[in-house]
Amino acid sequence: MAIATTQARAPTFLEEILATTPGESHLDACIQCGTCGGSCPSGAAMDFTPRDIFAMVRANMREEVLKSNTPWMCVSCYFCTVRCPQDIHITDVMYTLKNMSIEAKMFNPVAADFSKTFIAMVETFGRSFEIGLAGLQNVRHFATRLPKLTPMAVGFFTKKGMSITPPKRIKGMKQLKDILKRAKELEVA
Amino acid sequence: MSDYIFYPGCSMESSAKAYHASTLAVCKQLNIGLKEIDDWNCCGATEYLSLDLIPAYALIARNLALAEKQANGNKTIIAPCSACYLNLVKADHYMYEDKALGSTINDALAAGGMHYDPGKLAIRHLLDVIINEIGLDTVKEKVTQPLKGLRIAPYLGCMLPRPDYGTRYSDTEHPDELDNLMSALGASVIDFPLKTHCCGGHMTQIGPSTAFELIRRLIASAEQYKADVIVTVCPMCQMNLDAFQGQMNDYFHTNYKMPILFFTQLMGIAFGERPEKLGFGSEFVSARPAMAKIGVETPEMVAEAAQAAKPRKPTGLPMPPPLVKAGQSTNIKEEASK
Repeated sequence: MAIATTQARAPTFLEEILATTPGESHLDACIQCGTCGGSCPSGAAMDFTPRDIFAMVRANMREEVLKSNTPWMCVSCYFCTVRCPQDIHITDVMYTLKNMSIEAKMFNPVAADFSKTFIAMVETFGRSFEIGLAGLQNVRHFATRLPKLTPMAVGFFTKKGMSITPPKRIKGMKQLKDILKRAKELEVA
Repeated sequence: MSDYIFYPGCSMESSAKAYHASTLAVCKQLNIGLKEIDDWNCCGATEYLSLDLIPAYALIARNLALAEKQANGNKTIIAPCSACYLNLVKADHYMYEDKALGSTINDALAAGGMHYDPGKLAIRHLLDVIINEIGLDTVKEKVTQPLKGLRIAPYLGCMLPRPDYGTRYSDTEHPDELDNLMSALGASVIDFPLKTHCCGGHMTQIGPSTAFELIRRLIASAEQYKADVIVTVCPMCQMNLDAFQGQMNDYFHTNYKMPILFFTQLMGIAFGERPEKLGFGSEFVSARPAMAKIGVETPEMVAEAAQAAKPRKPTGLPMPPPLVKAGQSTNIKEEASK
């Protein structure tokens, strides 16, 4: 966020990311060493490894990057972040890319739906609702897995004592909604 | 010392009740006073940050603002969930480092009549407070029933030691805090190489095969080191390794039965608390055989009891009727102690 683009031309994709990511993300310092991809637990499931993605960002390949599943496969383990010799806040950059792909409507539906359902519940109750979330996600995207999931679902109720009803709304629900509404306005501005 | 500010987080009230119960029991024993933040909200986990950055930070910051307002002397928040802990620390860190972000978030908070000055609170995980505030000497004094003979794989997961904004842990990849704590309880601690590797996080919900492989690695490694139990410090890790262990076994045609417990559950046992009070029995993979090794009998799991009560379909040769009636426990030891 600290870097302001003063040039008359439109900001490059790299500049956009630097401007949107909180703090100093150092993404412009990438030396393409590949430590990030080699450290990534979900790298094998990604369309492009983080190193590839950063090269593509520099090449201004906006659409290819935002359409890829890479940021959505990130599990936020921060291995790449702590190992990066250039101190690039890679996990934070992945969050920025996810935000941008949502905004550009180029997101990965399975992963983005999960985030959206999670947040819709938090915006309704103020708390998360694990059972409802997992239920909706699996019905929508993994319907064939449902029979296999049934014993687990039963375990959630019998062993873990989880409730099928949503959590009680927090008292300050109106206050929270006002805060989030204002935050969304500020994000666009 | 006045009470710590307690941020339990959503999981503690649904999937990780065992962690909640054992945390309260252990804190009571260690004289760690906890005052829950009144009307706290969800931290947004890793999901809100993926969608909307500013609202995500505002959601987290409401908790910080509430905590600052309600703090009475002690300005330390204890968060026992790694994801909650990291989100709270992250919001505080970036609001402080990035002044523009800080003022934007406070602008949003003002819409609800709230305000937070970054840097005013110390945000810490329960493990960090026990190790660095209470100290292992005090822990050792409280041990009445050492966990002698129990082989433990200490598993921290990702979000506690990384990125470690407050540099509170000895290493970002191989920290030894949990090892030392478990040793203090008298357990044999294995040098678990994957102690800070990923449990799969939300991948169980968006890319199951990726998640299963990550779960398999952790459990296979603990098994190789002949661990009796994996100990976690995070509700998400516990859920993935425990509840999804069966599905992982299905996927790879393996038959791992590695119990996954919260570190506070084992602390409670070592402190002489009753297993019922510590949420034992709520795990999917039973911890009974492991705990029996150190002479602790933990409650039977509800679902297992229900299965045992089901009359078996007769197969093969006709057999005399079962001696155990439906609903009756099959555990002779338990029956005898009643």
